[in-house]
Amino acid sequence: MKDMEEGYITEDGRKIGGVVMEMKNITLRFGGVVAIKDISFDIREGEIRAIIGPNGAGKSSMLNVISGFYVPQEGEVWFRGEKRPPMKPFQVARQGIARTFQNIALFEGMTVLDNVMTGRLTHMTTGLFTQAIWKGRAEAEEVENREKAERIIDFLEIQSIRKTPVARLPYGLKKRVELARALVAEPKLLLLDEPMAGMNVEEKEDMSRFILDVNDEFGTTIALIEHDMGVVMDLSDRVVVMDYGKKIGDGTPDEVRSNQDVIDAYLGVSHD
Amino acid sequence: MPDTLIFGMEVFLNGLMAGVLYALVALGFVLIYKASGIFNYAQGVMALFAAMTLVGIMEGQVPFAHLINAILGTEVHHFGWHIPAFLAILLTMGVMVFLAWAVQRLIFRHLVNQEPIILFMATIGLAYFLEGLGDIMWGADIKKLDVGLPQGINTAIDEVTYGWFGYGFFIDNLDIVATVIAALLVVVLVMFSQYTKQGRAMRAVADDHQAALSVGVSLNFIWIMVWSVAGFVALVAGIMWGTKSGVQFSLSLIALKALPVLMLGGFTSIPGAIVGGLIIGVGEKLFEFLVGPLIGGATENWFAYVLALIFLVFRPQGLFGEKIIERV
Ligand SMILES: Nc1ncnc2c1ncn2[C@@H]1O[C@H](COP(=O)(O)OP(=O)(O)OP(=O)(O)O)[C@@H](O)[C@H]1O
Ligand SMILES: [Mg+2]
Repeated sequence: MKDMEEGYITEDGRKIGGVVMEMKNITLRFGGVVAIKDISFDIREGEIRAIIGPNGAGKSSMLNVISGFYVPQEGEVWFRGEKRPPMKPFQVARQGIARTFQNIALFEGMTVLDNVMTGRLTHMTTGLFTQAIWKGRAEAEEVENREKAERIIDFLEIQSIRKTPVARLPYGLKKRVELARALVAEPKLLLLDEPMAGMNVEEKEDMSRFILDVNDEFGTTIALIEHDMGVVMDLSDRVVVMDYGKKIGDGTPDEVRSNQDVIDAYLGVSHD
Repeated sequence: MPDTLIFGMEVFLNGLMAGVLYALVALGFVLIYKASGIFNYAQGVMALFAAMTLVGIMEGQVPFAHLINAILGTEVHHFGWHIPAFLAILLTMGVMVFLAWAVQRLIFRHLVNQEPIILFMATIGLAYFLEGLGDIMWGADIKKLDVGLPQGINTAIDEVTYGWFGYGFFIDNLDIVATVIAALLVVVLVMFSQYTKQGRAMRAVADDHQAALSVGVSLNFIWIMVWSVAGFVALVAGIMWGTKSGVQFSLSLIALKALPVLMLGGFTSIPGAIVGGLIIGVGEKLFEFLVGPLIGGATENWFAYVLALIFLVFRPQGLFGEKIIERV
């Protein structure tokens, strides 16, 4: 394992920094179901970290713990060197952790541009009173946010649908708009829950390219969930493998691929 | 010009002004419904409560005087001061914000993700609780409210129209002021929801809770905010109606005037509430004027509802809603 405090250099020459997010002994239960069983792992600055595993393994649950939607019964979450107290999802978002959802959660009644603009809410600092009496200040902020939104929209190549109500978009584009909304927040950590699920081959290739470009261009730290082993191997620097709530593998794609437990889980060897 | 047309114009103007007030009350409903899916039965009682509180504060009434006297055996009723209307309105707004906070904290926080009918029931409970609370705090007697708004016939309009038609329109100054204030408020509310950070966050919450959370919006804060705004709308409506007809129980029935407006305009549309309010206001006054005499009058009690019902049958999605086509 590349485990130096100071990070490492990837094969393609990207510099990966220190640990930004560390999960320590997380356990999450729903009644009798143990969705996550005593799992620890970390995410380093600038890396693409994948979480993989069969259906129901607890991958989304883990992302929900990181983003504050689920509260684990046991364990600690460390973010940027500090132990995080229990937080609501909106507080986590304000800390600079943006996310997308497995089942897409967009503002269906708004246009693409308006959706992306909501991603800037955590950066809108002018108070209501100031907005009312000091038009210049509020406008300057609005213009800046607008520019950032437009830049991301260009980056993800969705200019042509800027003014389209999201409800009218096909599934693949919705996924891209959701990515745009998360990205425009300039997150310190970006969480993507199956960003390529339900897409055709071409859309998958586009999405893979965008994820790599985002990481490359903005240096964004990304944790993503993906089913498709091939895609994961291409995209990620390190992989956590989950099965039945347990961590069964953690390492580079090559290390994980040759791990016998992982092979068994993916080939559906019976658990007994 | 034929007389009917001239009288009709006067009726039309009065209808428009009534309509703006209906629109204002309907807006109170729309705001809460959009942001939280709660149909707030208590909106009318909130207007009554706000007006009672305003009078109480202006007159320097001791809140809960009856209760205090009964328990302590004292005889306090008044602080012995009068507070200027402007300051009293600000203080009342403070009370309404506190009420919004309490409603969210004590009631709706515990009902997140419940069925809409449960939420609706909770607002019925809230309505009667508020009615009782208002009576206990300020007494159940009919109160006069005077915040200094002009009242009586507008002589300028009377004279001008007399010059034109040989018949002077009777337009009440209070109605004119109320219309202007309500129209301003509607504009402010629309600007607020379209152009401010909080307005954007409010629309986000109205659209999708999960997504709103993920972009850093506190649902709790937004809900307290919309209840506060609805409280403010209730206060303005309470002042208008209270000045006109005194602060008494019937004031809470203005909510009933908003229902047909909502049926017409849809429960989630701000423009719907505005246009719906105007249609109902003008419609009911003109109908009473033109058809009322033929069928024995008193049509204002039911006309709005019948109009809304007919409308509902043909456009169930409301004036501005998109047509609902079921996917099969
Ligand atoms: N909100 C919830 N309430 C109850 N049980 C839940 C909840 N969320 C997840 N679970 C359970 O936790 C387990 C893990 O679910 P999770 O959604 O995390 O799996 P996953 O790895 O994301 O699966 P998939 O690949 O199908 O998305 C499952 O047994 C699921 O039924
Ligand atoms: Mg999942």
